[in-house]
Amino acid sequence: MIQRTDAIRFNGVGQTFATDSGPLTALESVDLSIERHQFVAVLGPSGCGKSTLLRLAAGLLSPTSGETLIHGVAVDGPHDDIGMVFQQATLLPWATVLDNVTFPAKHKNGRVFRVERERARQVIEAVGLKGFEAQLPAQLSGGMQQRVGIARALFLNPDILLMDEPFSALDALTRDAMGLELLKLWQASPKTVLFITHSIPEAVLLADRVIVMSARPGHVIADRVVPLDRPRDETSLRSPEVQELAAELRQLLMPTLIGGERS
Amino acid sequence: MKQRLLSMPVVLPLLSFVAILIIWELAARVFAIPSYILPAPTRILQGFSAVSAERWLEHVWATLRIALSGFGFAIVLSLPIAVGLAKSRLLSRALYPLLVVIQSVPVVAVAPIIIVVLGTGDAARIVITFMIAFFPLVVSMTTGLMATPPELIELSRSLRAPAYRQITQIRLPYAVPYIFSGLKISITLAVIGAVVSEFVAAQVGIGYFIQFSTSMFKLPQAWAGLVLLVALSLILFQAVSLAQRLLFPWSLPKERR
Ligand SMILES: Nc1ncnc2c1ncn2[C@@H]1O[C@H](COP(=O)(O)OP(=O)(O)OP(=O)(O)O)[C@@H](O)[C@H]1O
Ligand SMILES: [Mg+2]
Repeated sequence: MIQRTDAIRFNGVGQTFATDSGPLTALESVDLSIERHQFVAVLGPSGCGKSTLLRLAAGLLSPTSGETLIHGVAVDGPHDDIGMVFQQATLLPWATVLDNVTFPAKHKNGRVFRVERERARQVIEAVGLKGFEAQLPAQLSGGMQQRVGIARALFLNPDILLMDEPFSALDALTRDAMGLELLKLWQASPKTVLFITHSIPEAVLLADRVIVMSARPGHVIADRVVPLDRPRDETSLRSPEVQELAAELRQLLMPTLIGGERS
Repeated sequence: MKQRLLSMPVVLPLLSFVAILIIWELAARVFAIPSYILPAPTRILQGFSAVSAERWLEHVWATLRIALSGFGFAIVLSLPIAVGLAKSRLLSRALYPLLVVIQSVPVVAVAPIIIVVLGTGDAARIVITFMIAFFPLVVSMTTGLMATPPELIELSRSLRAPAYRQITQIRLPYAVPYIFSGLKISITLAVIGAVVSEFVAAQVGIGYFIQFSTSMFKLPQAWAGLVLLVALSLILFQAVSLAQRLLFPWSLPKERR
């Protein structure tokens, strides 16, 4: 039987926060569905609710209106069908690379089994950190730390990866290299990826689909398919169709940015 | 060679210290400063022989015991309070102002009252020491427990881990650098607390000895007591630093590992 349920689905999702200066509507009627194993990038001005969207998908927030479905099931609290990668790697500074990667097991169950440690070693090798298992985070570069962050998210082998500007703290060259490596990982072991970024080239290079969100209150204003075959590499961005898409996305984002300045 | 020697971390402070001692000694002799005003370093050295080594040891041990007991109680009590303050907004709103009030009470002024209430035994002295050492520890622990990156708390929540593990596996270790800066302040305050308590009521201890010696105008030996006190304080401070370096090397700033 072919599974037709989407991996992630936002049905008219709205999110309003109570703040000291009154209610703040971060998201307003967001409708978005993401197929299983699709790579979707989200662009949008700062503060438009992109991170909020990820927290909703992770069940860390419950929406004020509408509902979030994961694999067809309404989310009603935190769940671990997801792996999360943050802007800062946020590793445990006292734990080795291996212990950081196995941390989800240790934290969830109180102990780490040998098979889990083996699995962690494989994931560490997959992200290109073989030989660094015993190092502490402070001994690694920013890019390597983020690899550990990705390995930690992949360790429990979730079907969905939620990535919140994972490479934006890295220098430009490392950033490009990491993006392509992420694609390799994703191709070797397909996952549904919701990838937030501020970079149009990054979104276009990595994703199957690019979503553009409006300034707050955030909602989807554009949803484009990236006309690029896979596998992709650093030359992929040269194709004229892609240049055209990038230009269009820039056009769509500009007004939201100016609107964003106002608030 | 000369460059290398000067760049060693202990050399310069040591040189200036020796220089001050020499100037002090010369000034005391040239201007014939009476020893009850400012005894020369050599006179202070002689002050050490005023009492026997065993008696000195008794004094040091008494002060050390009170300081460490007060410090110990401060650690044991501040931990649960800090966890409570960090975890519960209600508790922190209810307790924090109270803590600030307690901290604002000058302990030196309350000390005699505590002695009357608790008697002249160890209990009163430990309570006085505790009161001085406690507050910076609670504050630094609470700050540390709240300094955890929110992303890790989200990770913890998404894993649906038991709440205590969020404390033991994330918040507490993250607080270690904060806790140690609190411990370093607290241990020196504990020595001060012990001395204050001995000023008020004691038959033994360095605080008592200094008080007793000054009342007899035996200033050189009072100064000798003071020197011991400073040494004790420094050693305890270094012991805490060493514990951090040995047990939690990752918690030190990079250049000091
Ligand atoms: N827990 C919360 N309580 C109150 N306000 C919140 C909360 N979380 C987010 N917000 C507000 O909601 C809005 C959207 O936040 P969010 O972090 O989702 O934006 P973002 O699109 O990720 O921005 P950025 O690009 O800067 O990361 C912001 O104005 C933010 O201040
Ligand atoms: Mg964000």
